[in-house]
Amino acid sequence: MSPDILLRIAGATVDTIYMVAIAGLIGSLIGGPIGIFLATSGKGELFPAPTINRIVGLIVNATRSTPFIILVVAIIPFTRLLTGTSIGTKAAIVPLTIATIPFVARLVEAAIREIDKGLIEAARAMGATPMQIVFKVLLAEARPALTLALTMTAVSLIGYSAMVGAVGGGGLGDLGIRYGYQRFMPDVMLVVVVVLIVLVQLVQSAGDGLARRFDKKNRKT
Amino acid sequence: MSVSAQNTTPSADAAVVFDGVSKHFPASGTSDAFTALDKVSLTVDRGSITGIIGRSGAGKSTLIRLVNGLEKPTGGKVLVDGVDVGGLDEAALRSLRRSVGMIFQHFNLLSSRTVFGNVALPLEISGMDKRAIEQRVRPLLDLVGLADKHGRYPAELSGGQKQRIGIARALATEPKLLLSDEATSALDPETTQSILELLKRINADLGLTVLLITHEMEVVKAVTSDVAVIDHGRIVERGHTFDVFTHPKHETTRALLSGLPGSKLPDAVARALKPAPAAGDRAVVRLTFFGAAAEKPLISQLIKSVGAEVNIIAGTIDEIGGAPYGSLVVAYGADPETSGRAERFFVENGLVTEVLGYVA
Repeated sequence: MSPDILLRIAGATVDTIYMVAIAGLIGSLIGGPIGIFLATSGKGELFPAPTINRIVGLIVNATRSTPFIILVVAIIPFTRLLTGTSIGTKAAIVPLTIATIPFVARLVEAAIREIDKGLIEAARAMGATPMQIVFKVLLAEARPALTLALTMTAVSLIGYSAMVGAVGGGGLGDLGIRYGYQRFMPDVMLVVVVVLIVLVQLVQSAGDGLARRFDKKNRKT
Repeated sequence: MSVSAQNTTPSADAAVVFDGVSKHFPASGTSDAFTALDKVSLTVDRGSITGIIGRSGAGKSTLIRLVNGLEKPTGGKVLVDGVDVGGLDEAALRSLRRSVGMIFQHFNLLSSRTVFGNVALPLEISGMDKRAIEQRVRPLLDLVGLADKHGRYPAELSGGQKQRIGIARALATEPKLLLSDEATSALDPETTQSILELLKRINADLGLTVLLITHEMEVVKAVTSDVAVIDHGRIVERGHTFDVFTHPKHETTRALLSGLPGSKLPDAVARALKPAPAAGDRAVVRLTFFGAAAEKPLISQLIKSVGAEVNIIAGTIDEIGGAPYGSLVVAYGADPETSGRAERFFVENGLVTEVLGYVA
């Protein structure tokens, strides 16, 4: 393999990490609150708004059931509006972020719904406001589950980011397709796959470790 | 009498007054309409430990949740310190809740917080600063005997220890009223006793009113001064714990009492029991004695008066609400002459008796 290719692989790795980081960050910042809303706005819950809850839930489901590759193409006008282009790393971040939002929302919702209702009742009995319950009880108690949810999001994003490569998105997927597939360079393909595996492993191990640290429930005396 | 008459008028020494309180749950998709409470009137005296006992589904959980507004009544009023809880807006309700502590069957501690952090939570919620919290939490951990565990997490503690943390947490805001929702139901008998002792001590030392709900007569017997029996959303009996235990009037009360050790007949006798006597049979009678009667040499006098054999079948001496109490099951000849002499003796000595049946 020529040094030029190695350099491209390194550059593509950086691009992938960049796309995943930005899309993951923005997607979580938007999707997280939506998830909290979904978990707390049912009938008789902290912020009861069952109708809006249902509407938001529908939108989330609709976005989630759209295949990612279709989503990428479908929102090209929007992507162009935001970034001025529809190809390259910057453009890829837009559909990645859009796909992350509902993904994170559902994971966060599930993590919060896991929490024992008795804790919410205890906090209410202490005179906590709904906001205090969210921050001091729900988010604090869900921290291990939220960490795992964000880890899962990052892993999925790495996969998605490879997919945007198919439509000129940049990053490792893009490199794999252009060199490994279209130019018949199986060694490049192999390296791309290995780098992706290593990335996923690193993210997963870091997430698992952090979640274990946050988890005070399954401690042994 | 603390659990007082039908028409409760808010008195100066009432910590909580339920005034004709009803709670209906409307029919929803999965369940039919349901009346959890039906015109319940009850007064909880300041400084008392009042128990509400009933089977599961009797409405006691709903009743206790009305006190701090976790549930709203559909009819009637709940007064806490003279304030109508139903008339408070959310903000006023939150400040009321900060002055009412609550403990739970499953403790409801935050697994992500240490022992210290859990006790500090209600203080953080009320906006107290860190230094003041520190000063408030330490003595509370001492009070419940867990000062050495302050940095531990709930998962590292036993059930009894968790409930002690629950109690410390409930006391953190220095409430005048403590609500206990089946606080010992998830604990073994020994731990239950130690938690009840702690509640008693808090009641005595801090002058805290305790309102507890339970389905266990043992709990009522051990700590409460007053009790109300609830069944199908209605209060069917109430009074001083001692009176209710020694003179149970309602069938539900009797049923709940029969679960107490010492009040049960040995199985062999229970099986042989017949509703009517045949010639030569013996009557099986439960004697209940308390107060002055408990100090007399009753058995020897009974044998002398009856002038026949008296067998002791079961018996227990116990304390209810701090007063001595004895229950004795005896058998003697069921013939009219012997029975007549026995009955006269019981009346003369002020004993409460109940004929349980007859055995050959």
